[in-house]
Amino acid sequence: MLGLNKKDFLLLLIVTMLTMLAPFVLNPFPEGSALAQFNAGYPDLMQRFVIFGIFAIGFNILFGLTGYLSFGHAAFLGVGSYAAIWMMKLLTMNVIPAIIVAVVVAGLFSVVVGFISLRRSGIYFSILTLAFAMMSYQLAYSVLTPITGGETGLQPKVNDPRLLDSALVDGATPTANLFGLSMRSSYELEIGSWLFTFNAGYYVAAVVMLLSFYLAIRIFRSPFGMMLRAVKSNQNRMKYTGLNPKPYTLAAFVISGMYAGLAGGLMVAMDSQVGPERMFWTASGEVVLMTILGGVGTLIGPVLGAGAIKYMENIISKINTEILHSWFSFLPDGLEDLIVNLTYPFIGKGWHLTLGIVFMLVVIFLPGGLVEGAQRIAGLIRRKDKSGGMPPASAKAEPAE
Amino acid sequence: MIDLKMNRRGLMKGAAAVGVGLSAPQFFVRGANAFTNEPTGSSVTLGFNVPQTGPYADEGADELRAYELAVEHLNGGGDGGMLATFSSKTLEGNGIFGKKVEYVTGDTQTKSDAARASARSMIEKDGAVMITGGSSSGVAVAVQALCQEAGVIFMAGLTHSNDTTGKDRKANGFRHFFNSYMSGAALAPVLSKAYGTDRKAYHLTADYNWGYTTEQAVRESTEAMGWETVNAVKTPLTQTDFSSYIAPVLQSGADVLVLNHYGGNMVNSLTNAVQFGLRAAQANGKNFEIVVPLYSRLMARGAGSNVAGIYGSTNWHWSLQDEASKAFVKSFGTKYGFPPSQAAHTCYVQTLLYADAVNRAGSFNPCAVGEALEGFEFDGLGNGPTLYRAEDHQCFKDVLVVRGKENPENEFDLLEVVEVTPVSQVMYSPDHPQMGGAEATLGTCNPGA
Amino acid sequence: MEVYIQQMVNGLDKGSAYALIALGLTLIFGTLGVVNFAHGALFMIGAFCAVTLSRILTFSHEVVDETRTDFLGNPLKVDVPYIYDIFGEATGSVIIDWAVPLSILFAIPVMIAIGVIMERGLIRHFYKRAHADQILVTFGLAIVLQEIIKYFYGANPIQTPMPDAFEGVFDIGAIIGFGTGEILYPYWRLIYFGFAMVIVAAVFAFLQFTTFGMVVRAGMADRETVGLLGIDIDKRFTLMFGIAAAVAGLAGVMYAPIVSPNYHMGMDFLVLSFVVVVVGGMGSLPGAVLAGFLLGILESLASLQEVVALVPGINQVIIYLVAIIILLTRPRGLMGRKGVMED
Repeated sequence: MLGLNKKDFLLLLIVTMLTMLAPFVLNPFPEGSALAQFNAGYPDLMQRFVIFGIFAIGFNILFGLTGYLSFGHAAFLGVGSYAAIWMMKLLTMNVIPAIIVAVVVAGLFSVVVGFISLRRSGIYFSILTLAFAMMSYQLAYSVLTPITGGETGLQPKVNDPRLLDSALVDGATPTANLFGLSMRSSYELEIGSWLFTFNAGYYVAAVVMLLSFYLAIRIFRSPFGMMLRAVKSNQNRMKYTGLNPKPYTLAAFVISGMYAGLAGGLMVAMDSQVGPERMFWTASGEVVLMTILGGVGTLIGPVLGAGAIKYMENIISKINTEILHSWFSFLPDGLEDLIVNLTYPFIGKGWHLTLGIVFMLVVIFLPGGLVEGAQRIAGLIRRKDKSGGMPPASAKAEPAE
Repeated sequence: MIDLKMNRRGLMKGAAAVGVGLSAPQFFVRGANAFTNEPTGSSVTLGFNVPQTGPYADEGADELRAYELAVEHLNGGGDGGMLATFSSKTLEGNGIFGKKVEYVTGDTQTKSDAARASARSMIEKDGAVMITGGSSSGVAVAVQALCQEAGVIFMAGLTHSNDTTGKDRKANGFRHFFNSYMSGAALAPVLSKAYGTDRKAYHLTADYNWGYTTEQAVRESTEAMGWETVNAVKTPLTQTDFSSYIAPVLQSGADVLVLNHYGGNMVNSLTNAVQFGLRAAQANGKNFEIVVPLYSRLMARGAGSNVAGIYGSTNWHWSLQDEASKAFVKSFGTKYGFPPSQAAHTCYVQTLLYADAVNRAGSFNPCAVGEALEGFEFDGLGNGPTLYRAEDHQCFKDVLVVRGKENPENEFDLLEVVEVTPVSQVMYSPDHPQMGGAEATLGTCNPGA
Repeated sequence: MEVYIQQMVNGLDKGSAYALIALGLTLIFGTLGVVNFAHGALFMIGAFCAVTLSRILTFSHEVVDETRTDFLGNPLKVDVPYIYDIFGEATGSVIIDWAVPLSILFAIPVMIAIGVIMERGLIRHFYKRAHADQILVTFGLAIVLQEIIKYFYGANPIQTPMPDAFEGVFDIGAIIGFGTGEILYPYWRLIYFGFAMVIVAAVFAFLQFTTFGMVVRAGMADRETVGLLGIDIDKRFTLMFGIAAAVAGLAGVMYAPIVSPNYHMGMDFLVLSFVVVVVGGMGSLPGAVLAGFLLGILESLASLQEVVALVPGINQVIIYLVAIIILLTRPRGLMGRKGVMED
């Protein structure tokens, strides 16, 4: 169906279900309970999950298929974001032109960077992409301040021109919208003590993510995808058969750059603001981490990795001592303090430490990332069942490097 | 919490959303609130958004301590701190407007994206009705714009760039901290008194917005005093070793070096300047001098004895002897064992000011709170008589000119106050060119519903 | 002319730091084939060795001084370092003053131990893994290391002064025939440069003239054959990792007075030192040192007012720009070998 084989279609279906029902899936704990801290079903984080999912899917098309490790992908996301915000300032607050222009501009930029960087391979390629991204960051922060707003970045202002929009009603702030539907508008549903938020922006981003995911599956399964894998496994053999790997790699690079631009455009659409630190090398490193953490070269892995990292960043960092004390208040005082003190270095301001430890554990014990973890668990269950059965959707993915 | 934008199309969509709500009668649909996150229970949630990781993590930690102290005092705990000295007497230790104060914390990472994500999670997930904190102007501007869109109040933490209440001012945002313009205006007279009016200044400026506004402010006010600016060089933000920028200073014919740097930049550039012998040097027959427009005591520790004798400005210092400052230092010092920083002070004060404004307004509605803060004159919070100006939501108060101490008594005793510049000297008109000129506008307040 | 010479001299100390870190990175990469993203963290830990030693030396007991008061108005508790009690105040204060040079002795065993533990406990399990995995696990380790340092020392920079004897500036201009005060260079930076040269020379001599070094070089060229000859190459590689860690650590110790150490200084240096290694050519020790100094000096020259006025923003991007140009004109960096890290 949809040009996919049965397994892929099933995977797409599961991902579709999960993204559409995310407000429920991510909010399993009732409001006001101690565990509500771990709920992730609020618009901002849900939007980030799918946006960084897109970013990681695109990155995986380059890294997972061709093996070229770009260390400067955040630059395309940043350039896309700047393009999108300028569309919002000059043309209209409608997100469609912003997103399209973001993809186009990021694509053009990646043609230039890719054309130059792909003249080298291996770590030399990585350093070239890193150099381009860091140059973009440094310039955006300083010399290009008139275009980028420097450190403070850009936001839509009340007195921007916005040629296509009718004048704002006095007192209104410019709001990103889709033909009038504000990206911020939410519908809240309360069932018992559970609260579920359905956010317009999230669903726009989620639909875009599903389309990109579908496109990624098609690329993975296409002859073009096969060519890209050939680039990874043996470029020389490919050359001997009379094929020039360069156009294929460049195409993959540009496609993944456009994915990054799409993610950048969507970020602006969801939260209309851009700052240069979006292009810093740690941001590029983050998408590498997401992809490897989830499972390189697998379809669903990068999305899982993106989710895991954003979850830690947004949930773990918000736990403070007060909350810890309230969790362990049932314990005797001395024990409570001891446990709080032992836990404290890993939460709140210590979330980086937790992140570092998780990376190390995953890389040491699960070289294939979270997807391999899922496969192993599935394998265990299957051995118990003793029947072959159908492998779970995520397990059919490509083997990781 | 249906987001109802007051324009034609938004109104229709909002109506549609309500329609959906009606078609699902078995569920209770929230959305009847008059403004974003209207507190309906017996408590109110504030969002403390401070840097917990990254280079400003220590300042963030100090801000968080101040917030926790403020919440304790608002809820009637502790010794009450500045509640007793505050000129407005609406705060009685029974929370804000009778509601118990609760809080959530987040990590800005000193990145605007992360700061906005964290603020949004506080607004969307935890129902925070006010966001406060931060230790850099980029983050302050970004979060302030977000709070404007979301319809909550933003009480800025440490942010010194003119832009926060200048070209990027917002109706929902308020700043108690002083700014670059005030630093320049306060420093210039003191500098000309100490070093004479015939000086040649060389500026090293951190290459980002705060650096630009500070350089401009100090330049304009010192040039008005008769100083000459021989050169102004921008240094990359990520620079750690400033030797290649310091070395040309002595050959330039300048006799004063102005370091428009903050945080780690300031520590390193000052240390480098001293190592290159600038403190001991002579130029144009005068002693060579160094100026640091914005001092932070936390950071000054990193520069150690190098700060001795160097002039700068600060928003507040724990050694002030007015009743309010003494009360604050006492309750902070008793609880944590060391004196508060200026970041801690401004955050504590902002929390109290917000709470008081809610009480006076009789509502948590951001528009009502904003109205109560606008033009509000108060005293007893450590800076003397202060005005929250209505036109740009900037506090106007005396500015402290400080100097690094030659012989510190203890590890906190690094700065001494040399002059308290009266507020009249640092006053400027809301449409001052450094503040974005006539174009800058607050817009109108957004209650978010 | 003077300004250009001044800036070239200025580039030396930063170049030294780049060169030492890149040297260690290349040693690890060349011998073990591991891309070590935690190397910047080792540099940072080195700097904190200096901080730690000066903390240990100033370890104090409190004496209440009734004549003075603290910030809350209570009698001031004055910290008296134990070392004053042991050696007397005069000798004690000299020892504290010399904390940074003394830290060299302190840092060598500490850094070698950290290096050996890292290699034995973690890195050796990654010899056969993909470079991406090595990068990720060492990156994770770098985050963990720097968060541990932050937990104990906070996030603000910590001043670590040099001994008083080395304060002041050296007038290079007067010696090489320019006017006095034209070209100045602080003594400590001069010492740092000399120190870096000694370490570089020592590492090269060690590899060149000792049997151990010979085996390691052979192992770098062809690990399997050396293993087949019955030589226990693994043990030597472990020690090599320790040495590389010590080189990074010493670079950090001596750098502490130049830039006040903070917990993220390793990450600040990491990316730049990777650029240095790659520009020098992966696996080439002389290349790493050469590129370190080259980029240090170019960075310094690009910060000149005249240059920035000509090309705005050049001081921000010079290192990356040079990296791009060199990699495009010399495919394997300045002195890289063919086939290393190209797949």
